[in-house]
Amino acid sequence: MANGTTVAVDIRNAVKRYGEFTALKTISLGIADNEFFTLLGPSGCGKTTLLRMIAGFEDVTAGEIFLYGEEIETLPPHKRPVNTVFQNYALFPHMTILENVGFGLEMLGQSKAQARTRAGEMLELVQLSQFAARKPAQLSGGQQQRVALARALAPSPKVLLLDEPLSALDLKLRKAMQIELKHIQRETGITFIFVTHDQEEALTMSDRIAVMSAGELQQLGSPRDIYERPRNRFVADFIGETNLLDVTVDRIDGGIAECVLDSGQRLSCEAADSVAPDSRAHLSIRPERLVLGHDPAAPALKAQVRETIFVGTDITTLLTLENGPEITVRSSNSARGNKRVFAPGAHAFVAMEPGAARLLVD
Amino acid sequence: MAGGAPAPGGVASQTFASARNWLLMPSWAVLLVFVAAPVAMMLVYSFLTKEFRGGVIWEFSTGAYDQFFCNRGLFGDEPCQIEWTYINIFWRSIWQAGLATVLSLLIGFPTAYFIATRSEKTRALWVFAITIPYWVNLLIRTVSMKFLLRDQGPLNDLLIGLGLTEDPLRIINTNLAVQLGLYYSYLPFMVLPIYAAVERYNFTLSEAAADLYATKWATLRRIVLPAVKPGIVAGCILVFVPSLGAFLAPDLLGGARNFMIGSLIEEQFKGNAGNWPFGAAASMILLTLVLLVLLVSATQQRRTKGAV
Ligand SMILES: Nc1ncnc2c1ncn2[C@@H]1O[C@H](COP(=O)(O)OP(=O)(O)OP(=O)(O)O)[C@@H](O)[C@H]1O
Ligand SMILES: [Mg+2]
Repeated sequence: MANGTTVAVDIRNAVKRYGEFTALKTISLGIADNEFFTLLGPSGCGKTTLLRMIAGFEDVTAGEIFLYGEEIETLPPHKRPVNTVFQNYALFPHMTILENVGFGLEMLGQSKAQARTRAGEMLELVQLSQFAARKPAQLSGGQQQRVALARALAPSPKVLLLDEPLSALDLKLRKAMQIELKHIQRETGITFIFVTHDQEEALTMSDRIAVMSAGELQQLGSPRDIYERPRNRFVADFIGETNLLDVTVDRIDGGIAECVLDSGQRLSCEAADSVAPDSRAHLSIRPERLVLGHDPAAPALKAQVRETIFVGTDITTLLTLENGPEITVRSSNSARGNKRVFAPGAHAFVAMEPGAARLLVD
Repeated sequence: MAGGAPAPGGVASQTFASARNWLLMPSWAVLLVFVAAPVAMMLVYSFLTKEFRGGVIWEFSTGAYDQFFCNRGLFGDEPCQIEWTYINIFWRSIWQAGLATVLSLLIGFPTAYFIATRSEKTRALWVFAITIPYWVNLLIRTVSMKFLLRDQGPLNDLLIGLGLTEDPLRIINTNLAVQLGLYYSYLPFMVLPIYAAVERYNFTLSEAAADLYATKWATLRRIVLPAVKPGIVAGCILVFVPSLGAFLAPDLLGGARNFMIGSLIEEQFKGNAGNWPFGAAASMILLTLVLLVLLVSATQQRRTKGAV
């Protein structure tokens, strides 16, 4: 985190155990004020658990949580100035939309009339004013989602927690809501902590992303950081698509490593800090950073085309390298890219853009 | 709900409707034989003339209702003045049954909530435990209760043994004993429907309420209670209605002073002393009261459901 910014939520050595099972293993991270922060990871990695610990629905087994400097991990949920957008919305079925949105304000001691006015404003923000008198069951999924958002925003929380709020929506609506959410976050300046297992969603929306797996923090950084400089094999594999090749590290010098493929071919590449010489490691290369060609240019790998797949904007070519490993190359469906379409069985050379390959440990 | 789309009429829905009618036939038959017929019989009997050794003479008469509501002096030839004896019995019964319902709710709701929030395995165990007394006949249970509550019974022995009282507490033949008998008889009818409603309740709603700054109490009042209200109404009806007509508990535990409708009606059909038309008339009046209660609660339910 940059110096000088306020820390909104500070999680220090938080541990969560359910009986024998450890759901979170000593997580520490700081979330900045006004940040759109995303917790990203595969199913079961502990994202919801961490979010629920911040909201107060789960006790912390060990560690502390600070909210703008105040220790909150022992406070009950109704005393924490954070609000949640629940995955299945959890709208109160017997209340109208307006009553739902005004509920938090009423509980904070505002009069019914005040709560109503503010709730009406919030409904305007999410463009649902005309539905104020309806019951939740009379709205579509996307509309309910926006009501849940309005309800959580109405009491002006310091931090908004969102647990996969878009996962129940269809693709088109989800894209629209991503933009709307991001817009609302900028407009209100509220810190968002957003949970998703959809890496594309995380990359498009977040200021920073925490990648988690099996209850551990794998990497913390900006979307670009995480995509272009994954710290380990898990992150490279989970975020976007990548080719992973087994290599032996020969030399390492100033962040640049010299490594040897199983076919004996040598390559130089960027290395993460933790790589040691003479060890086995993985070479991660994004498919879009590879170029197919007919000529054996210097650092190119010889390969045989297995299949060519047309995917609209892109053309994906699957190839087999010498000694067996498989590799995927993606080129754009443009005049230039189309010159490099190969028939199955043809021989081709796979060249790398400079800095495309990155050496990772497990 | 949503208007707009025309109802899918036509052949398919017609065959569906007729199939449904056929499938419902057995239920209709059962209702006819066991509900409509007895009520009709009761209605007819209430307008017949009594025979002195029980039974009826087939001759139309409003005498039974007249006896219930009118006091016509010693020789029965004065103009009608309101007869309070039976109305008072009814009033006392309604009061007893109402009190039993309210107190059953106060005990039953926390019990049901407790059970519904246990883990799945223990939940089944608790429900099972609640129903255990029901394996024993109601009469036997009520008689055992009488022995428990007696002046020289185990309850008083215990109280005296603990030094809480010197002389045995007089519980038997009081209102309290009747109330205890009614809870013992009908509490599960309160617990089970509420349990079913709480079990279906989505507890994420409680989390959402707490997240929106609602205290535990506010969450209960504003979110949980409205959600489980159908279960509460069902439980109240299931306790109130049989309590109103109960005769075992008042007879065996309440003594002569705590006479209730159920006992009054029962007596009319017992042995030679009875008066069948009068019993039938009292039953019809009770039935009307119960139907009124159901009607009121049904319109209440509909109103709270509103536009949904
Ligand atoms: N109440 C509980 N008792 C025991 N284990 C639990 C409990 N709640 C969660 N877990 C376990 O903790 C781990 C993390 O769960 P969590 O719900 O945080 O996952 P998640 O990252 O949100 O996954 P998803 O993307 O599927 O929602 C899982 O392995 C889960 O089985
Ligand atoms: Mg989750």
